[in-house]
Amino acid sequence: MLSDSDRIFTNLYGIQDAGLTGARARGDWDGTARLMANGHDWIVDQVKESGLRGRGGAGFPTGLKWSFMPKEEAPGRPHYLVVNADESEPGTCKDRDMMRHDPHKLIEGCLLAGFAMRAHAAYIYIRGEFYDEAVALQAAIDEAYEAGLIGKSPCGTDWPFDVYLHRGAGAYICGEETGLLESLEGKPGRPRLKPPFPAAVGLYGCPSTVNNVETIAVVPTILRRGADWFAGIGRPKNTGTKVFCISGHVNQPCNVEEEMGIPMRELIEKHAGGVRGGWDNLQAVIPGGASVPLLPKSICDEVLMDFDSLMAEKSGLGTAAVIVMDKSADVVEAIARLSHFYMHESCGQCTPCREGTGWVYRVMLRLIRGEASVEEIDLLWDVVGQIEGHTICALGDAAAWPVQGLIRHFRPELERRILAAKVSGGGAAADAAAAA
Amino acid sequence: MTGAAGNGAEGFAFTPENRAKADAVIAKYPAGCQASAVLPLLDLAQRQNGGWISQAVMEHVAALLDMASIRVYEVATFYTMLNLEPVGRHHVQLCRTTPCWLRGSDALRDACRDELGIGLGETTEDGLFTVTEVECLGACVNAPMVQIDDHFYEDLEPARMKEILRALRAGEAPAPGPQTGRQTSAPASGPTTLTEL
Repeated sequence: MLSDSDRIFTNLYGIQDAGLTGARARGDWDGTARLMANGHDWIVDQVKESGLRGRGGAGFPTGLKWSFMPKEEAPGRPHYLVVNADESEPGTCKDRDMMRHDPHKLIEGCLLAGFAMRAHAAYIYIRGEFYDEAVALQAAIDEAYEAGLIGKSPCGTDWPFDVYLHRGAGAYICGEETGLLESLEGKPGRPRLKPPFPAAVGLYGCPSTVNNVETIAVVPTILRRGADWFAGIGRPKNTGTKVFCISGHVNQPCNVEEEMGIPMRELIEKHAGGVRGGWDNLQAVIPGGASVPLLPKSICDEVLMDFDSLMAEKSGLGTAAVIVMDKSADVVEAIARLSHFYMHESCGQCTPCREGTGWVYRVMLRLIRGEASVEEIDLLWDVVGQIEGHTICALGDAAAWPVQGLIRHFRPELERRILAAKVSGGGAAADAAAAA
Repeated sequence: MTGAAGNGAEGFAFTPENRAKADAVIAKYPAGCQASAVLPLLDLAQRQNGGWISQAVMEHVAALLDMASIRVYEVATFYTMLNLEPVGRHHVQLCRTTPCWLRGSDALRDACRDELGIGLGETTEDGLFTVTEVECLGACVNAPMVQIDDHFYEDLEPARMKEILRALRAGEAPAPGPQTGRQTSAPASGPTTLTEL
């Protein structure tokens, strides 16, 4: 278990003062100018050496992403850091705690990351529903300006830097990086085709990098304590600490910062009070937010919580939002609700996603009651495979994966319901529905 | 944008105070990129306009930002927090997504129906409450939860849900956050970490 001295978010629960005084007492804004004096590329290199991978879900190496930014600013093409605070992945509520309880880690991270990529401005795009969080974060930004930590001469340096907070208005798709950029430009959040990637053509057509809140907020601590320190936590290629969100059928749902690669069972039992009714009462876990395939108990017994371990089990770490289902859960409806989510949140510009997510939800609704034919399970598998990989952004993939996970691990349950419905006389209706 | 409330043809303009706020928002974005302010300005206008966005609101924002009206319409219809029809004075938004559902969000929906006598998408006759179901609000370790106006009410039981509605009806402002006395997102019996600091 990670020791408290190695935890980054030491005010995760908001027990202490979230303001500048409290933040300084926790070590924030300590020697920021000295870190910047090491130069842009030093920061990028340190982040590369730390092994930090993006905390927003995809797990792309952060330092490498930053290195895609141009090395010099072209005339009339300023660089931008854009922070993705649109936290909307079902199960995920970690960025919320960082913004309301440890906002100065994010603001200092904006300055250091922005400086590293030669940007003079950061836009933090926060989901609109986080109203109280936006108020808290704006208060911290105002404090940082007043204290001269950002603004014309941040921390006494000659690198002017502004931090702006921008509230969204309710749309999951704005958490997709190019959907976010569209929204920030004042348009519907419809993702852009890539390439060009944001590092070449991003916000207002200028070089931009979009990073998750947690990714940016851990940067100051990595630079202060050293890339080696961060890289020494966790496992190779899966380094550092991670804030996990444990929800669903556990005795004590919570957020907690732990070592990357902690066994899932240890995470749930040490911090979330264990599965309701005990570990043997576990049915399944969605380990990384709604978009990743669920895992049955047999895999949860041993699996480690990091990018590569979960990928090896055909799932993913995603946002590290652990959604636990005990044996009382209707696992089919749990996934059907996610299908409803993706249907609701599809932006509609790609036909496979716009039409497919609704079709999938309607089939899932019937599968809850077993009002289907066994062949439809194969048809469903086939259709989600036609959504996956055939859309501009990853929402189509995200809609497919939970259903694939369900079929992969719970096909016998789906077939049992179909059989039970046929025995009880629902079969005729199902055949009619299938034929329609 | 239809119905008794009309299309807001009665006109809309920001109050001087809100106009000053709007100008401060526009100043956050580079020159020529004022369209970036469309969401914040629609939010500001919705607040001034009693909780919804009429056509007149959109026309006003479009003129202020030098945008074609259609560009503002397509934004206003894309985002769920922008209400294109009037809502009650208190907008109760029930989270329906899996983490809240696993912990009893259906019972909160029933509690709202029993206490207010309305179903989803409906408004009470006195115009005090509108209840809608929404997708994940991002407070999953404090499930089940609802958003009422700007605030999250977390770790809810049906009985507490009804108490909150009654308090709002009485003109009170119940404290948001976890309703169990729990410290934000920490385990209910107390943190398992950050105890050695």
